[in-house]
Amino acid sequence: MRRVTYARAIREAHAQLLAQDPRVFLIGQGVRNPWYAGTSLQDLDKEFGRERVIDSPVSENATTGAAIGAAITGMRPIVFHPRMDFMLLAADPIMNQAANWSYLFAGQVSVPVVIRAVINRGGEQGAQHSQAVQALFAHVPGLKVVMPATPYDAKGLLVAAVRDGNPVLYIDDRWLYESEGEVPESLYEVPIGSAAVRRSGRDVTLVATSYMASEATKAVDVLAQRGVDVELIDLRSIKPWDRNLVYSSVGKTGRLVIADAAWVSGGIAAEIAASVAGDIFHALKAPIARVCLPDAPAPTSAVLEQAYYVGADEMLSAVEKVLL
Amino acid sequence: MSIEQSLWRMMVLIRAVEDRIGELVAAGEIKTPCHLSIGQEAIPAGVCAALQPDDSLWGGHRSHGHYLAKGGDLRAMMAEIFGKATGCARGRGGSMHLVDPAQGIFGTVPLVAATIPLAVGAALSAKLRGTGQVAVAFFGDGAADEGHFHESLNLAALYRLPVLFVCENNLYSTHLAMKERRVKDNIVESAGLHGLPGERVDGNDVMAVLGAAQQAVQRARAGEGPTLLECRTYRWRGHVGPAADLEVGEDRRRELDEWLQRDPIARCRARLRAEGLSSERFESLEAAVRDEVEAAVSFARQSPAPDDSELLHHVYVSRRGV
Repeated sequence: MRRVTYARAIREAHAQLLAQDPRVFLIGQGVRNPWYAGTSLQDLDKEFGRERVIDSPVSENATTGAAIGAAITGMRPIVFHPRMDFMLLAADPIMNQAANWSYLFAGQVSVPVVIRAVINRGGEQGAQHSQAVQALFAHVPGLKVVMPATPYDAKGLLVAAVRDGNPVLYIDDRWLYESEGEVPESLYEVPIGSAAVRRSGRDVTLVATSYMASEATKAVDVLAQRGVDVELIDLRSIKPWDRNLVYSSVGKTGRLVIADAAWVSGGIAAEIAASVAGDIFHALKAPIARVCLPDAPAPTSAVLEQAYYVGADEMLSAVEKVLL
Repeated sequence: MSIEQSLWRMMVLIRAVEDRIGELVAAGEIKTPCHLSIGQEAIPAGVCAALQPDDSLWGGHRSHGHYLAKGGDLRAMMAEIFGKATGCARGRGGSMHLVDPAQGIFGTVPLVAATIPLAVGAALSAKLRGTGQVAVAFFGDGAADEGHFHESLNLAALYRLPVLFVCENNLYSTHLAMKERRVKDNIVESAGLHGLPGERVDGNDVMAVLGAAQQAVQRARAGEGPTLLECRTYRWRGHVGPAADLEVGEDRRRELDEWLQRDPIARCRARLRAEGLSSERFESLEAAVRDEVEAAVSFARQSPAPDDSELLHHVYVSRRGV
């Protein structure tokens, strides 16, 4: 099958959705600018016109709110936030409005909007161009949150998100943009709420989100050489998350490591750990380990960044710890 | 019935409903917070008379009048305020969350200014779909202190969207008077700053409101973009509930006395009277309104409460057409 990059897969999903469905439009800061979006939205304005590919003022609140109002009245908008940090200026429309309206109005109003946020850490960008606050949004009833780690999922989850009918936060990671993988040319969906087993194993379950699922493949290869047979699960959706798959894997291995490149306190790893401990405690042979960011804002200096961010090395140590 | 007569009737209905709600709150029968618009009825009546049924309306916490004037069902609103299963939001919303999509009332919510960008989105949607629909955002003067307001005015002007921003300036943001929140009493000037027309309207003159709204709607439908209407009015009661809260601002008693002289219903009635409408006709219309309100209260009282098995329904919608 054809191989394309993660960024091009996102672009292809947008292009095919815009071509197929006149209700779909795109709005946000920097949609025409590769500095914001890489190649993930390249030339969509030329292909579909600036009426439907709207490069907006830096008005996160109004653009997100407008997308929500358009969704309520029959459109299928995609809002683009080039940094997840910036999306926090739209917390009211996302958390108070989009998330609430279906419940509040007993299903008479729905909000089929996709809100896309890019995590773009590192590169000495500091604390406010790097945050990964997915757990904040996963906390809120009424929202769904997806985090693709492969080009295949990047395309399929965007399609599923646009067609879902509920507000979906689609979170992609700039560190994955150049990674390549097999992507069908057709318009297909990856179901929201379904995780993927990237490698079957017997000894330890490693559940990873987004960029950490990509890092995990390196850790798993090293561990295999050391004779440790890891089952790697790419979570793909963090709200809802695939409880059945995680529980059945932990039922088999009895050991669990969770890797999520976000702050450790109150994060998605904490949610999974609490669920596993609460629901299938008897299956566990060892304490659960988490590989997350320390509870501090991101530093700027490259030396401090090196110490701050986690990856394959930390996963290796965590897996070895739960095997002791 | 002439247009002015029907506007008078709508204002009388809104006031009768809210007077009754106030009594029921005072009696403890209604528990949900109710923000009354008594004294401000000309604005919803006048603006909504300029709209078509499929134009959309977006409101706030003080939206009983908006809902009724746009064609919302009184019985469903009353039942909602009573927290009943027959309510317009099935008892999930209460007074601050009114909805009737069939009448273009997509929702009212109390987060100040929150529905202003949503109305801009409805206008964007109408423009992209080429439907000719107009969206109206109703909000108070407190909302003009929010960033939502300024971002939304700019966006709507930039894209020439068919939206009316209707600021019901009752001079108070909850308890805080205008002069404690702004150096200048100049909300209407926000329009000029963002490049759209703005007009200050006597919000207690229903025909003036109607005229301004008709002009704004006409501009919007002609593709000429948004308008800001700052409708000057006064809240006779306190921020929430039936009490007047006169102790809140030192000048409020004097202010209220002045504004009572500008009662939008009395002014409209005087004009109709001068045009020859008989006292008997007023009385029969008022009696019919009272009956309508009592019927809604009875309906709400007799309606069943929501079933608690529905607690977790509608957090998400099930998948809708692809």
